[in-house]
Amino acid sequence: MQLSREALLGAYRRMKVVREFEERLHVEIQTGEIAGFTHLYCGQEAVAVGVCDHLDREDKIISTHRGHGHCLAKGCDVVDMMKEIWGSREGLCKGKGGSMHIADVDVGMLGANGIVGAGAPIAVGAAISAKIDGKGKVSIAFSGDGACNQGTTFEAMNLAVVTQAPCIFVFENNHYSEHTGVDYAVGTANDIASRAEAFGMKVWRADGTDFFAVYETMREVLDHVRAGNGPAAVEFDTERFFGHFEGDPQRYRGKGEVDRIRETRDCLKNFRASVTSAKLLTDEDLDTLDAEVLAEIENAVQAARAAERPTADDVLADVYIAY
Amino acid sequence: MAQMMYREAVVSTIAEEMERDPNVVMLGEDIVGGMGTAGGPEAIGGIWSTSVGLFDKFGKERMIDTPISESAIIGAASGLALAGKRPIAELMFADFIGVCLDQIWNQMAKFRYMFGGKTRCPAVLRLVYGAGYNAAAQHSQSVHQILTGMPGLKVVMPSSPADVKGLLRTAIRDDDPVVFLEHKALYGMKGDVPDDPNFTIPFGHARLTRAGEDVTIVSSGLLLGFCEAVADKLAQEGIGCDVIDLRTTSPLDEEAILDSIEVTGRLVVVDEAPPRCGLAADICALAAAKAFSSLKAPPQAVTPPHTPIPFARELESAYLPSTDKIEAAVRKVLGWR
Repeated sequence: MQLSREALLGAYRRMKVVREFEERLHVEIQTGEIAGFTHLYCGQEAVAVGVCDHLDREDKIISTHRGHGHCLAKGCDVVDMMKEIWGSREGLCKGKGGSMHIADVDVGMLGANGIVGAGAPIAVGAAISAKIDGKGKVSIAFSGDGACNQGTTFEAMNLAVVTQAPCIFVFENNHYSEHTGVDYAVGTANDIASRAEAFGMKVWRADGTDFFAVYETMREVLDHVRAGNGPAAVEFDTERFFGHFEGDPQRYRGKGEVDRIRETRDCLKNFRASVTSAKLLTDEDLDTLDAEVLAEIENAVQAARAAERPTADDVLADVYIAY
Repeated sequence: MAQMMYREAVVSTIAEEMERDPNVVMLGEDIVGGMGTAGGPEAIGGIWSTSVGLFDKFGKERMIDTPISESAIIGAASGLALAGKRPIAELMFADFIGVCLDQIWNQMAKFRYMFGGKTRCPAVLRLVYGAGYNAAAQHSQSVHQILTGMPGLKVVMPSSPADVKGLLRTAIRDDDPVVFLEHKALYGMKGDVPDDPNFTIPFGHARLTRAGEDVTIVSSGLLLGFCEAVADKLAQEGIGCDVIDLRTTSPLDEEAILDSIEVTGRLVVVDEAPPRCGLAADICALAAAKAFSSLKAPPQAVTPPHTPIPFARELESAYLPSTDKIEAAVRKVLGWR
């Protein structure tokens, strides 16, 4: 274990922010206060944080429709995110994007995406840009097991190899493409990484519910890519605590499945167990952080509720050709 | 002023802008051509010879020859643009937008709005369009009606070498996605082009190419020349036509169209795209909604029939609007009542 106490506390805090941000959304959505479609990332926090903890603002990521975790891990402001999901004109995207289309180029977050598989080619473009600039920066394409079946992902992987762009394809296999199991939908079931291998990339595989496994794996992947070896791919085996979208009754999941994964495959629980048993942090340290994060989320929700609503005049803001 | 071909205006403008701004890069299929072959790089220079010599000048970092992967090309252009570059992406044939429409329509066209105006996406898509080469249904289409209907895209249709120069420069310097449509049958057209390295033509400003007081003819691209020929012929009979070259279909210069109709009271729109839900119908509707009291006759649209584009010479000729069809439409509005 090479992480400092500060790094451990920071990683836990970021995972906890994602977790509580989403658990709170899950509650608030029931009230009908939040409009539209929301797809929760809960359960996969170790991936977003374990990947983004290695990046700085100049490195780019592109996300998916299940993007809150990636946005928060890359540095999007918690309050501005909450306001955006509430549809406020004070939101990160002025209430124009909502849950599925949050972006903040200032922190290198090039967008969540409502279209499954659309992000990978965009990430390759950002990676080509990084290669031209020659500063050792990278671009990350987060994709799920659903997106790995889209042609765009294949085209993007090939273009990345052809151009030797520093793009990392991060496949988060949470075992469900919307409501369909990976065993059915993915021809190379439970081995998405082999697809990237077929395009000529070096690939890694790790347990996506284990922060330390993600973090250490990404260190290797990034060393490889930042050294100028072209693109790479990594597959994380992870878990989705909620349904495809909020309101999904999840009739396709096995009895007790969610309870079981929450018990045994919860990245936050497992993180706590390993750092406390190794005496790196104490339960008190983490409990203190938990309380801080809950207060931060409460504050964000109150800010979102109180934030200014957009008006009809805002419909045409940032349209550059109006008729 | 220099004499140059439409095609030469494309390549020289790209070269000048790449020289001026190191952030300008180009990507597309065979824009270099010959990569990985015995012939070596720069064996092609674009299948329309619109990037000849650029590889030798700017190298593979800025002249990115891609596999045949339209979605990846357009997506990569978006990513380059979001990361601070000014990409020019080429599709050999505009017809191929079907393969990558998501990346055009849901991605680059929407970033600025969807992301609250914080994000710009300064990408240029150069698409080669139009009939006249007997290239048949999948290699001859005019796609501007589809793209013009998409909020978030600027759509440009130059009809002369000078307009290529001025409009392409504006497109490359623009901070938003611009679709630049080059008509394949115009590549050999010669004309005077200003030498001024900062000569630009702003978007949304139509050009009056013939002036007259009897009929307004609105067109763009290849068919503009057909309209001018009809206007010149009718001028000998004392019939005066305003011929308006739209230059850009988005933004659309409504004012130029409406001002002309106010004088002439008669409108003929000539367009190469299919008739339904298209540009011609759009402009006829504009006249009906905003110039109704000026109209002396129902506006006429001259377009191809609503059919895929045929292959055989005789069939393609019958498909495309001809000077005869344009003249007939003009006479029809003149003879109304």
